[in-house]
Amino acid sequence: MGKVLQKGWRPFLVLVLFFIIWELCTKIFAIPGWLLPAPSQVWLEAIYGWSHYTGHIFSTVQLIIIGFTVGSSIGVLVAVGLHLVPFLRQAFYPLLIVTQNIPIIVLAPLLVIWFGFGMLPKIMVISLVCFFPITISLLDGFRQADRDLNHYMLMAGATKQQIFWKLEWPNALPSLFSGLKISATYSVMGAVISEWLGASKGIGVFMTLASSSFRTDRVFVAILFIVTLSLLFFLVIVLLENMVIKWKSGKEGDNIESP
Amino acid sequence: MSHLKIEHIEKSYGERSVLKDVSFSVQEGEFVSLLGPSGSGKSTLFRIIGGMTAPLSGAVYLEGEDITGKRGSISYTPQSPSLMPWRTTLQNVLLGQEIVGKKDEEKARDMLERAGLKGYEQAYPHELSGGMKQRASFIRSILSPQSLILLDEPFSALDEFTRLDMQQWLLSIWSEYKRSILFVTHNIEEAIFLSDRIIVLSDRPATVVKEFNIPFDRPRREDLLLTEEFLHWKKLIYQEMRVLNE
Repeated sequence: MGKVLQKGWRPFLVLVLFFIIWELCTKIFAIPGWLLPAPSQVWLEAIYGWSHYTGHIFSTVQLIIIGFTVGSSIGVLVAVGLHLVPFLRQAFYPLLIVTQNIPIIVLAPLLVIWFGFGMLPKIMVISLVCFFPITISLLDGFRQADRDLNHYMLMAGATKQQIFWKLEWPNALPSLFSGLKISATYSVMGAVISEWLGASKGIGVFMTLASSSFRTDRVFVAILFIVTLSLLFFLVIVLLENMVIKWKSGKEGDNIESP
Repeated sequence: MSHLKIEHIEKSYGERSVLKDVSFSVQEGEFVSLLGPSGSGKSTLFRIIGGMTAPLSGAVYLEGEDITGKRGSISYTPQSPSLMPWRTTLQNVLLGQEIVGKKDEEKARDMLERAGLKGYEQAYPHELSGGMKQRASFIRSILSPQSLILLDEPFSALDEFTRLDMQQWLLSIWSEYKRSILFVTHNIEEAIFLSDRIIVLSDRPATVVKEFNIPFDRPRREDLLLTEEFLHWKKLIYQEMRVLNE
């Protein structure tokens, strides 16, 4: 933790400087609040309007958690399926990449047309952005299992199932977590996008309302919440990772950056 | 009856012949070294003995039973210690038993203690030194239910001092547990010091050129390495191998 503080002050300082310059600019050039509110204004809005926001935040968080859980479960299942059945991998791997080339903004309204305004299309949007990083990183993790160890297991007479559970799965866990980290931040985006399309509550709804009524300060408040939520989710995954992966040596991460 | 018997193994990849009429045997409790230049098809031979690759012709017998193309009959120790980074030392040495289905944790703890790994049972591989990892890897082989151990250049990555220690340790463990060992190396000295018998393989295609019976008494000590007789053997084998390379 000391290390985080030691290194964390640099980006923090940049951020503080940025806000100071922003604040000064709005004052000096007398920019009207509806065009670009000063950070202090945004901050005040966030604090005074808090009770007004809690409902929205709660609804979005709920959506993110459900969507992320569904999406990452699908991601894991797809990866395991594709890994264990070579035919499926050959058939579906290229198609997986195609699914990522369809812009989600285009797809989302279609989902609403097909499935209505309920939870389902929203969860589908989040799952669609979530599963891909997980599937790809897991597949890589499975494939990168140590060759000597694989050799050893085969010679010792291990079954395919044993090789999967004792070698490939644990070997892929670090990759799984890198996928989960990316997906966690994506899922926040996915949730906001899905709420734009039609919902009664949520940060996305609140954001559309704010921007259409020129409450720019509220748009910034929404951005602040989105960033905070993304960071929080990311942090939760990192904590989980540290709990699950106890074997990582200090080599990775610690020595990469030296001042 | 010999423990392991290799009979007229042939293998080629496309046009290139890798193994040509390879035949030899390992007796019960014997320590046999395969000596040959790197890349002379030794790993292919191991893959065949381990049942991972089928030979073009020839057969592998273990205790009289044909095990050609059958996996799980021998215990293999790869060149790198190949411990699973997510398993503790204790869990790692139990892996071989786990694959077959019965675990004997008592014995594992006991062996770890005697290998000087007491206190490291719950340590992960990255916390161990190179020699410790190698020892854990051996213990895994010895704890495995298979009676024949294949060792694939296990000391090639260690420094000279650790290597000597490890050789001594291997010999003491081997004499205690009396497993048959087939040891692959390209180091002549190591082969003489450890083995009862040395089988010299030629380079591409590999075939058995000569066998040497090493007469030194056991237990063998480090000072053996400096005796006149040891050097004589070394010279003999060295000359044999130089002829091969020309």
